[in-house]
Amino acid sequence: MGTVILLALTGLGLAALYFLVASGLSLVFGLADVLNFAHGLFLGVGAYGTWWAAGNLPGAGPDGFGFVLAVAFGVAAGTLVAILVELVLIRPLYSRTIEQVLVTVGLSLAGVALLQATWGADARPFPRPDWTREVTGILGAQVPNGGLLLIIAAVLVLGAILAFLRWTRYGLVIRAGVENREMVTALGIDVRKAFTLVFAIGGAAAALAGALGGVYFGTVSPGQGGSLLIFAFIVVVIGGMGSVVGSAYAAVVVGLVQQFVNYYGTSGLGDICVVGLLAVVLLLRPQGIAGKVATA
Amino acid sequence: MTVIDAPPAQVPDELTPQRGRWHRVRPFLPLVALVVLAILPYSTISLPGIFEGPVNSPGTLQLLAICLIFGGLAAGYDLLFGRTGMLSFGHALYFAAGVYGTDILITRAGLPLWQAALLTVTGGTILAALLGAVALRTVGIAFAMVTLAFAQVGAILVARDFGGLTGGEEGLPLDVSGLPAGLVGVTNTVNLYWLALAYLTLVVFVVHRVSGSPTGRVLAGLRDDERRIGVLGLDPYRYKLVAFTLAGGLASAGGVVYVLIVGGASPHITSSELTLSLLVMVVLGGPGTRWGPVLGGVLYMYLDHRLTAFGTSDAVDNLPAVLSRPLSQPLFVLGTVFILAVYFFPGGMAGLAPRLSHLTRTLRPRR
Repeated sequence: MGTVILLALTGLGLAALYFLVASGLSLVFGLADVLNFAHGLFLGVGAYGTWWAAGNLPGAGPDGFGFVLAVAFGVAAGTLVAILVELVLIRPLYSRTIEQVLVTVGLSLAGVALLQATWGADARPFPRPDWTREVTGILGAQVPNGGLLLIIAAVLVLGAILAFLRWTRYGLVIRAGVENREMVTALGIDVRKAFTLVFAIGGAAAALAGALGGVYFGTVSPGQGGSLLIFAFIVVVIGGMGSVVGSAYAAVVVGLVQQFVNYYGTSGLGDICVVGLLAVVLLLRPQGIAGKVATA
Repeated sequence: MTVIDAPPAQVPDELTPQRGRWHRVRPFLPLVALVVLAILPYSTISLPGIFEGPVNSPGTLQLLAICLIFGGLAAGYDLLFGRTGMLSFGHALYFAAGVYGTDILITRAGLPLWQAALLTVTGGTILAALLGAVALRTVGIAFAMVTLAFAQVGAILVARDFGGLTGGEEGLPLDVSGLPAGLVGVTNTVNLYWLALAYLTLVVFVVHRVSGSPTGRVLAGLRDDERRIGVLGLDPYRYKLVAFTLAGGLASAGGVVYVLIVGGASPHITSSELTLSLLVMVVLGGPGTRWGPVLGGVLYMYLDHRLTAFGTSDAVDNLPAVLSRPLSQPLFVLGTVFILAVYFFPGGMAGLAPRLSHLTRTLRPRR
């Protein structure tokens, strides 16, 4: 019983990480039709921003309030990079989908290389508060606190994004834009402001994922974003493009499947099962769990 | 009443077809290039700065052979991206299937080369047909993601080393004892170079024939307007599957040659990064053109190898750290060039010549 609960909670921790990356991807894709390969870069910037701040920023550190400050710095850095990418690189290519994908591909290659050039290719130990190294006993299972932190953060982010989409004017514009962008434009609303906003939200969530993922894994390396990104893409497709709730469901399913099959089957089998799940979902329900039909 | 003599209508210069000096020679240029490349190993010229050592040294020939292979791979990938408009992010899978298939069949199963090569190319083609049949049920971005996910399975299979076949992270060195003597050893690198050249020629020929055939016109139609092809009564799915299978088969054939040149398989060729770099090659070269992808692939691989040496050279090392560190990362340089290319010369290198001729014509003083 303890094993099952442990696996379920660590699976949920993984799901939380996927959700943090996928929620932004899904919103960006749903609204602006941009398949953002540079999303892994935002994650890397968040992780390295936090790592750098904990060592160099006055007042920030690996513990207590200093750690909160460091994470805030990382998230701010990721958000800033996301906004800059949207304004400088994506906006001029508005509605040219393939070119936008190509630019984000180039950006992901160059950005990761830049991180690697600045801080080296090897994984660096991540500064983290001591309590995240410890475990908490839940129903007889010893669950690492880093995973619990991820779950709590993801639930908070999910709540915040949903509240934002539900109760604010810009949330309304974004929801309407995902449904039908042309109509929103025709009503005289500058939908491009919403693009920037969605990029900022996605960048912030991804940067948070980078920072907390660093806590969870204990290290930070330039390639970390890339490997997470592929599973985040899968989560987005399974959940349905443009649906944050769908991403949350899909992230939970993917995280749990991966964790349980990897434990009870051979290591690596869980990852393959996830891809099988993707194929099944695409064949049976191409629009995903909850979302519009995925077309270019 | 006087009739005003209207001056004869002038046809603008750019509308009259210009018969350049090279007009007659042009159809033979590819043949000339092929001959030059084929006899290149006999020259002992050394081009300092461009290659380390003379052209016919084994190191240079191996680099050239790898460049040629990737020229062929990019040309094959262009069949999907440039000519049919399919954005596949999983092309590395079929190349890796070729590399690992040959390697495993020779090293683990002890088959002779020709059997291993035949089985691998057949297997790679069937794999492409099967996975393509599933992936092509989606279109556009979803297709890109599905192919990416399939390729990721390949990468996981190789990295986790199921059944001890692939050697995992370490890679799998090729067992050369059973190979023909002409393909083994440093002194025989020249034969591998010719093999790579033959592969490139084959791919260019196949892609050229396919794109000139009625099927090729349907593929171009799919790229421009898929719905219209459907309205004409042709089944887009089948044609796309044909292109996907053919490109997959060509890529696995490239893998067979690549494993001979490099002498083993390493897991990085299964990564999505390889597919992304194929995309970069095609876009830099010029999608949908005959020579663009080839040039892009050759140049990309060359730069990828040489920029590493350039990055560690004194000229770069003496720069301030802010500049020298990014410049020592080939992917940073190539990624930046790629982004600039998407903005400022969308037709790639193949599109540069017409653009430049426009420019020179505009700049030329009027008579």
